[in-house]
Amino acid sequence: MTTQIKKLDGKVPAGPIQDRWKTHKFNMKIVNAANKRKYSVIVVGTGLAGASAAASLAELGYNVSTFCIQDSPRRAHSIAAQGGINAAKNYPNDGDSIYRLFYDTVKGGDYRARESNVYRLAEVANNIIDQCVAQGVPFAREYGGTLSNRSFGGAQVSRTFYARGQTGQQLLLGAYSAMMKEINNGKIKSYTRREMVELVIVEGKARGIIVRNLITGEFEKYMADAVLIATGGYGNVFYLSTNAKASNASAAFRAYKKGAYFANPCFTQIHPTCIPVSGDHQSKLTLMSESLRNDGRVWVPKKKGDTRKPQDIPEEERDYYLERIYPSFGNLVPRDVASRNAKNQCDAGFGVSQTGKAVYLDFAAAIKRDGHDKIKAKYGNLFDMYQRITDADPYKTPMMIYPAIHYTMGGLWVDYNLMSNIPGLFVLGEANFSDHGANRLGASALMQGLADGYFVIPYTLGNYFATEKFEKIDTNHPEFEKAFSSSKERFNKLLAVNGTKTVDEFHKELGLVMWDNVGMGRNAEGLQTAIKRIQEIRADFWKNVKVTGTNVDVNTELEKAGRVADFLELGELMAKDALIRKESCGGHFREESQTEEGEAKRDDENFCHVAAWEYQGESAEPLRHIEELQFEFVKLTQRSYK
Amino acid sequence: MGGNSTDTMSLNLKVWRQKNAKDKGQMVDYKLDGVSPDMSFLEMMDTLNTKLVKEKGDTIAFDHDCREGICGMCSMMINGQAHGPEAETTTCQLHMRKFKSGDTIVVEPWRAKAFPVIKDLMVDRTALDDIMVAGGYVNVNTGNPQDANSILIGQENAELAMDAAACIGCGACVASCKNASAMLFVSAKISQLALLPQGEIESAARAQAMVAKMDELGFGNCTNEAECEAQCPKGIKIENIARMNREWFKGVIGNR
Repeated sequence: MTTQIKKLDGKVPAGPIQDRWKTHKFNMKIVNAANKRKYSVIVVGTGLAGASAAASLAELGYNVSTFCIQDSPRRAHSIAAQGGINAAKNYPNDGDSIYRLFYDTVKGGDYRARESNVYRLAEVANNIIDQCVAQGVPFAREYGGTLSNRSFGGAQVSRTFYARGQTGQQLLLGAYSAMMKEINNGKIKSYTRREMVELVIVEGKARGIIVRNLITGEFEKYMADAVLIATGGYGNVFYLSTNAKASNASAAFRAYKKGAYFANPCFTQIHPTCIPVSGDHQSKLTLMSESLRNDGRVWVPKKKGDTRKPQDIPEEERDYYLERIYPSFGNLVPRDVASRNAKNQCDAGFGVSQTGKAVYLDFAAAIKRDGHDKIKAKYGNLFDMYQRITDADPYKTPMMIYPAIHYTMGGLWVDYNLMSNIPGLFVLGEANFSDHGANRLGASALMQGLADGYFVIPYTLGNYFATEKFEKIDTNHPEFEKAFSSSKERFNKLLAVNGTKTVDEFHKELGLVMWDNVGMGRNAEGLQTAIKRIQEIRADFWKNVKVTGTNVDVNTELEKAGRVADFLELGELMAKDALIRKESCGGHFREESQTEEGEAKRDDENFCHVAAWEYQGESAEPLRHIEELQFEFVKLTQRSYK
Repeated sequence: MGGNSTDTMSLNLKVWRQKNAKDKGQMVDYKLDGVSPDMSFLEMMDTLNTKLVKEKGDTIAFDHDCREGICGMCSMMINGQAHGPEAETTTCQLHMRKFKSGDTIVVEPWRAKAFPVIKDLMVDRTALDDIMVAGGYVNVNTGNPQDANSILIGQENAELAMDAAACIGCGACVASCKNASAMLFVSAKISQLALLPQGEIESAARAQAMVAKMDELGFGNCTNEAECEAQCPKGIKIENIARMNREWFKGVIGNR
């Protein structure tokens, strides 16, 4: 399909895996302490990755400016992570080690991540826990005062640290407070309610951004010696996802359109235990911790379109399909397998609820076995949340669940130093592609965000500064002017369409196409249909969208329109990436590539690589470059959960 | 049962409209039909906004983001109550089944001198960040701290600290208080850190700095009405204010 394929170099250091990061840290150049104040850094996004990076870089002496779209850095969507954060402390003495965490993460990612990056992640994970405790993060404790661990996401050891069901919130507030400390020290300037709408490249280096001030509607220019993008994932391309409403891909996608490679865009993760859609008004989906599957049994009626109440359906007329198909793992199969099977049952007409898009998660057997009180102690908060949203009591009637888009493993391509192919543009956290391969394990997202921000970028950014020369420029440079006026034009164009359909209508339309064709199961025909449909929707958008209001003052419709315009292009790129990757791996299930038993079949011979897409302009096909992946330490094997 | 409600509701909405910070603003009446009881309050507002776009009117601006009750972005006075009538529930988690067809619902922004209106229901809560900047942290840099388990914390204090740390910084406490006091918010952070050995060292100085900033920014004082506690969507207790006062006094005495 594409001919000018480049072989990308991840700049991974050589040597024993245990020594690579240590050796690399020693080999990197350092900016003299007194010279650090001469450098400035822009950090876009203030979630775990952005806030931790901003604080750590400011502490070193760099001048940091942070940008976020919310009214405060503390609102970033990292705050919604419930479960916990992994680290190989081996406090429970159950045989955990850095090497085991590394091994589990590579395997869990279905062999589509860089071994060296994953090892470094596992290596710095322990420091993260120490750092967070030092900041005052109130992790759960044992009676003796030591830290508690729990098991999570299929790991055989107990390595997850947690703060009730609010681990993301507490870790984010830790990083946020470190940021506040540096604002007080005068080393961070925080810009809120600002949205990055363009990346500015001068003489081949990322040197600044254009932002739209969401209060005044004005465009503003900011210059620095490096730009860090930490704006999270792009799950909202599906319209309905567990992401926050404002979570978007625009910062990353603007960078892509300026030449940054977008890697593995088709790698998305679908979480099996979310509250189902209740109607067309649905604006987002709510996730419930997958720990529910430890005691809940998943089933659907054996009869198609059975409208009886679940309690009226006798035991022999129920199909506990996970227990039937996967006798050894049962209800505890991994996220992708559980999700796919729920969809299969609903597609075949066995789904429940008014929409037919739900399956039961039944606690009756667990309540009978352990008693109401014991189940309440374990899951009380989740049951309350479910009842608040659905008005149904899960102690009396089975919960209804359905899978939802939850996380995106793909993102901007970065090398071992977290730098994209554009010098000076670094990408951190969910916004990059690097550590989770084709599937992310539970409690690993928080770990990666903080690893990138606290313990990787402070070293690698210094090396970049120390080895590059920087032109003296200001924001009157022609490249700034060009980016400034093109951004302004783009938003004026959105206002000028003056059609009849709302931004949300287009977003929902795109979301349905993505969900049906680029969701849990993908095949060539569906993907081709999706590409065509997305192109049609995009053309229609630029002809028929109605954006009310003006370009001065707050205009939330205009904000949404800018983001949806980018989703309409990214969706197509995801479908193209999925079409070419003719194998099943992790969260990417190609129906043409399955074992005789209907399980995902990887094709290591042809696809053991990262696909990184390069934008070629509006009317040209993007180029698909590849980075070959080497597995020197964790042997390539096929997953099986039967 | 969830997702199965078929009857829709008609509502009379009275919504605060204000073009920008300089505009005087006014209540505007809207009639909205076809509201599903399964909608969240914000989804009801989305539906109204869609109607406004179709009628080529300007949509109502309101803050929201995670829509699962944790980010603290949503902020509406609903019938005079911060986040509406349901206890320990944010606006985004409040569902329309708590209302009846034919109801009149009054929707206003947070009202406080320190929270100027930006547009419609959207207010500027930068003052809360400013208070955090004054001292809402432990002064520790990223680096190589001691092993996490070398700081032992009894389960009781860890739980109390977590209770306080659960604050989402939405500002409902300020909006509910007749004095527009931010003491519940400020005391939650002071408590969390005072209860932990990592934060205890700076505790008195922290309380002094944060309280001084709070006063400077135009928040009022506490007169023990406990409205803040009653309206807090995360159940933050006013005992934190007592703890804050204790830390603040320590600072006063320590300075002598």
